[in-house]
Amino acid sequence: MSHRLPDGGRLIDRSRPLEFTFNGKRFQGFAGDTLAAALLAGDQMLVGRSFKYHRPRGIVASGAEEPNALVGLGEGARFEPNQRATTTELFAGLKAISQNHWPSLEFDIGAVNSWFARFLTAGFYYKMFIHPRAFWKHVYEPIIRRSAGLGRAPDPETRDPDRYEQIHAFCDVLVAGGGLAGLTAALGAARQGKRVIVMEQQPHFGGRVVVDTPDMGGTRAEDWLDQTLDTLRGMENVTVLPRTMVAGVHDHGYALGYQRIADHEPGADKPRHRLWRVRAGLIVNATGAIERPLSFAGNDIPGVMLASAMRDYLVNWAVAPGKRVVIVTNNDDAYRSAIRLHEAGVTIAAVIDARPEARGPLPERARALGLRILEGMAVHHVTGHKRVTGVALCRQDGDGGAVSESLHCDAVGMSGGWSPVVHLWSHCGGKLIWDEAGAFFRPDPARPPLGHDGQGFVQALGSANGVMDAAAVRDEAAAAFGSEHAHPATDPTKADAPMAPVWMMPARAPFGLRMKMWLDPQNDVKVSDVQLAAREGYESVEHTKRYTTLGMATDQGKISNINGLAILADALGRPIPQVGTTTFRPPYTPISMAAIGGEARGPLFQPLRRTPLHDWHEANGASWEPVGPWRRPYCYPRSGESRHDAVMREVRQARESLGLLDASTLGKILVSGPDAARLMDMLYTNMMSSLKVGKCRYGLMCNENGFLMDDGVVARLSEDTFLCHTTSGGADRIHAWMEDWLQCEWWNWQVHVINLTEQFGQIAVVGPNARKVLETLDTDIDLGRDALPFMEWRDGHLGGISVRVFRISFSGELSFELAVPAGQTRALWDKLLDAGAAFGVMPYGTEALHILRAEKGFIMIGDETDGTVIPQDLGLNWAISKKKADFLGKRGMERPAMTSPDRWKLVGLETLDGSVLPDGALAPLEGENANGQRLTQGRVTSTYYSPTLQQGIAMALVHRGPDRMGEVIAFLGEDGKPIEARICDPVFYDKAGEKQNV
Amino acid sequence: MLLLSCPCCGVSAEETEFVNGGEAHLKRFGPGSDDADYESYMFNRKNPMGVHFERWRHVHGCGKWFIAARCTVTLEVFATYPAQTTEPPAEVVARIKARRPDWEGYK
Repeated sequence: MSHRLPDGGRLIDRSRPLEFTFNGKRFQGFAGDTLAAALLAGDQMLVGRSFKYHRPRGIVASGAEEPNALVGLGEGARFEPNQRATTTELFAGLKAISQNHWPSLEFDIGAVNSWFARFLTAGFYYKMFIHPRAFWKHVYEPIIRRSAGLGRAPDPETRDPDRYEQIHAFCDVLVAGGGLAGLTAALGAARQGKRVIVMEQQPHFGGRVVVDTPDMGGTRAEDWLDQTLDTLRGMENVTVLPRTMVAGVHDHGYALGYQRIADHEPGADKPRHRLWRVRAGLIVNATGAIERPLSFAGNDIPGVMLASAMRDYLVNWAVAPGKRVVIVTNNDDAYRSAIRLHEAGVTIAAVIDARPEARGPLPERARALGLRILEGMAVHHVTGHKRVTGVALCRQDGDGGAVSESLHCDAVGMSGGWSPVVHLWSHCGGKLIWDEAGAFFRPDPARPPLGHDGQGFVQALGSANGVMDAAAVRDEAAAAFGSEHAHPATDPTKADAPMAPVWMMPARAPFGLRMKMWLDPQNDVKVSDVQLAAREGYESVEHTKRYTTLGMATDQGKISNINGLAILADALGRPIPQVGTTTFRPPYTPISMAAIGGEARGPLFQPLRRTPLHDWHEANGASWEPVGPWRRPYCYPRSGESRHDAVMREVRQARESLGLLDASTLGKILVSGPDAARLMDMLYTNMMSSLKVGKCRYGLMCNENGFLMDDGVVARLSEDTFLCHTTSGGADRIHAWMEDWLQCEWWNWQVHVINLTEQFGQIAVVGPNARKVLETLDTDIDLGRDALPFMEWRDGHLGGISVRVFRISFSGELSFELAVPAGQTRALWDKLLDAGAAFGVMPYGTEALHILRAEKGFIMIGDETDGTVIPQDLGLNWAISKKKADFLGKRGMERPAMTSPDRWKLVGLETLDGSVLPDGALAPLEGENANGQRLTQGRVTSTYYSPTLQQGIAMALVHRGPDRMGEVIAFLGEDGKPIEARICDPVFYDKAGEKQNV
Repeated sequence: MLLLSCPCCGVSAEETEFVNGGEAHLKRFGPGSDDADYESYMFNRKNPMGVHFERWRHVHGCGKWFIAARCTVTLEVFATYPAQTTEPPAEVVARIKARRPDWEGYK
């Protein structure tokens, strides 16, 4: 049984015991424990169930590579599934639950899958669920969905109560990893005056060296660590960040750091996670190496761990994995674990070494300590179910036919060699080479990821670079930044003896053993699955990965990928480097979505643009609707009034007396310069150069395809100055469009454009009493019918406020639009409300605006247009100049498809029963197109109930529409029933335009 | 996320300060052009593995358009230069040639 030793543990503080629960059972750990260490200290070997077979799972590793120990952490709004126990710092009151079992961890019905393992092989889902086809939707998919996913999702009714933030940082050198290589490099770079950031994913620094090499050639590793950290923390140009993982390396030295500030202090008054967005000149990949498991039958039974993890638990947390331990290895390093465990009083039943002989310094020392070493031997299989009870041994070079010996034990430490953590090197395209001696991929220094200057921007150091010896690591890291360390050269007699690649135990194991050798314990992928995939023709490692799901679990195969591709290479009869690795993608381990979102939630999700009258609307009961980045009043419901009733009232008031509209979102772009008229003629389909100063003209803008993209009224302010009004929300886009043409095509033209949208508020004064209310204000402008005719503008004052009055109308009523400096808009609005009281003035919202314009048959960009509509489709031929040799979109309109009589064109619709057509309703035809879709002959683009006409009105694009006036066609309602409508003129109200011209 | 230098204001900034405008040095074909030229102007774009010229605008900065000569494979940025030109300046071409001797040149 695993247990806590009476003393030791460099990271724990025994004076601070912490209570926590696992599946409701009470445990005690110490400050400094990880959840995994504390569980092991309490002999909780079984921590979860595997994904496919629901096999019992125990802790395998001691860090980020852990595939099994995933728990649901916290409760209520702070509950989170799939949290890794090995990287979860223990805190008082922690509550964890195990995952993927029912009804309980100890007894799991899903484990019956294991009985059928022979049939649940690689590609099972693809093979099983393809026939009969009809079963997929109603039988197979629901079952698969129910069994998919580890852990349970948090309650959707809860909201994350914590804060998350992001920070931008810049440095010369970003060091990923705070071990021997990383800290040595950081110190060297810092002493060169470089700005350095060091990120270490764990709460403590030192990496492996403090565990593996306590004596660094006369210096205690702990002392070296303390001194180095003190020095770095004392330097102004260095930032040292624990609990911060470099999650990803991206283009041109951009890296993301994921800082877990308060995971271990839930509820503390600080952000929980912080995402560092770092731009670094150089990124040092000093992320160490991860030990690989060995593939032997039963290597997934709880109690089988990585040998290095055993010594981590022992040294860091004073936890022994068992009372009687077997070590299985193909290298010398595992002997460090054997020796350390032996010295701590744990019985080593044997060291099983697959190599024909073990004569390196470490095996010799183990021998001298009296440990039993079995050379050339293998684990035939592990016995036990929910925990290890023993191992059966056989010859490594055989076919597993004869078990030579069985050993009783309660834990097995395995070591298949080490793999450099090359993720960060590879994220942005760094290439790898195969290292024969170590049987691992390491960074190819000749092919690093390249920065904007074409130079490599990632440097791998230490064991991440395949350098495994501590002294060599230190020399390499020091040399990388100019400083030489006076180390005695590495003594070859003390170096580890070569490892032997062992990808399967025993070498020629039969199927019965191979189907019990786990490669990926989280997703249940075994040696036999990869071999089956190879036999079925999966040769590419990327395809094999997806077919078998090897390495696709939440641990992304950190311990399983190399073993898996070695098995694949062997099955294909190719060398490993030829098979290659799958792609390493960020993040290195999962990071929280909340950290990616940062502060962009709630009101900060998107900045709100506010018109100068926003506060007035809010104070006066506006019912909002989002319009681009603004919120505009949809209507102003009165107490007890529905939105619909409010809209009807607002429309009637504008038609009958006086309404006010906040039109400030209208785009306002100034085009000015000697070539202004020339530019205007190119931008608009109409002739704008002929517009007289003081007058306005409605204009259309098309893109080069000829598709209508914006419309609005243009006012000529002077010979060389035009004011272009664009659609709400269109100003930024249209301004950018103008800039694009000016800068990139007509750069020698003398004209510039300025976006004035925010500088001016705009108020529309609408209705038969519009002139009267303006005339009650003190004004120097003659607003008379003939003094300021329709489609003209004047500058002057109203009530002492500087205004520009446009006599334009988007409602069909007598209408004046007043452009006011933004800061004066509210003052003028208040004066208009005061003066308008005599006429029952009411503000109206966007819905009334839409109904007013639809009753008049005015188009709205985005309703009647969708990026495939040309002005001619909308009956706007009159606004397209025939005289101009060129304008944007002219060539596009000349294409045969654009001049075809068969286009869908704008018409009005009146339903026969007076009802309102659904928005977007289609008019179907008999028959189908080549894709089996129903043929259609039209579609509704705008549809409203008109309070003026007291019936439903609509506009639609209909095949040859204008040629079919009076024809009745059917549109499909939301219930699929046809609604008959008569095609009519889209102008429903005041066809002669008399009301706006009074 | 790319790092680009704006040739107008001289700022070296994050990609998020800029907006991409597609292939550079397109020649506009307007009214009277034949269908093939118009089609090429509107729709046909190069998609090279290697040296590429593309338009960028410093939209959250000086607002100016410029052109970046860039390798689509390694993401190396050979040069950025103002947009007011119909083809890459000779010194830019020379710089690319120096870095990519096999490059077939600007066409």
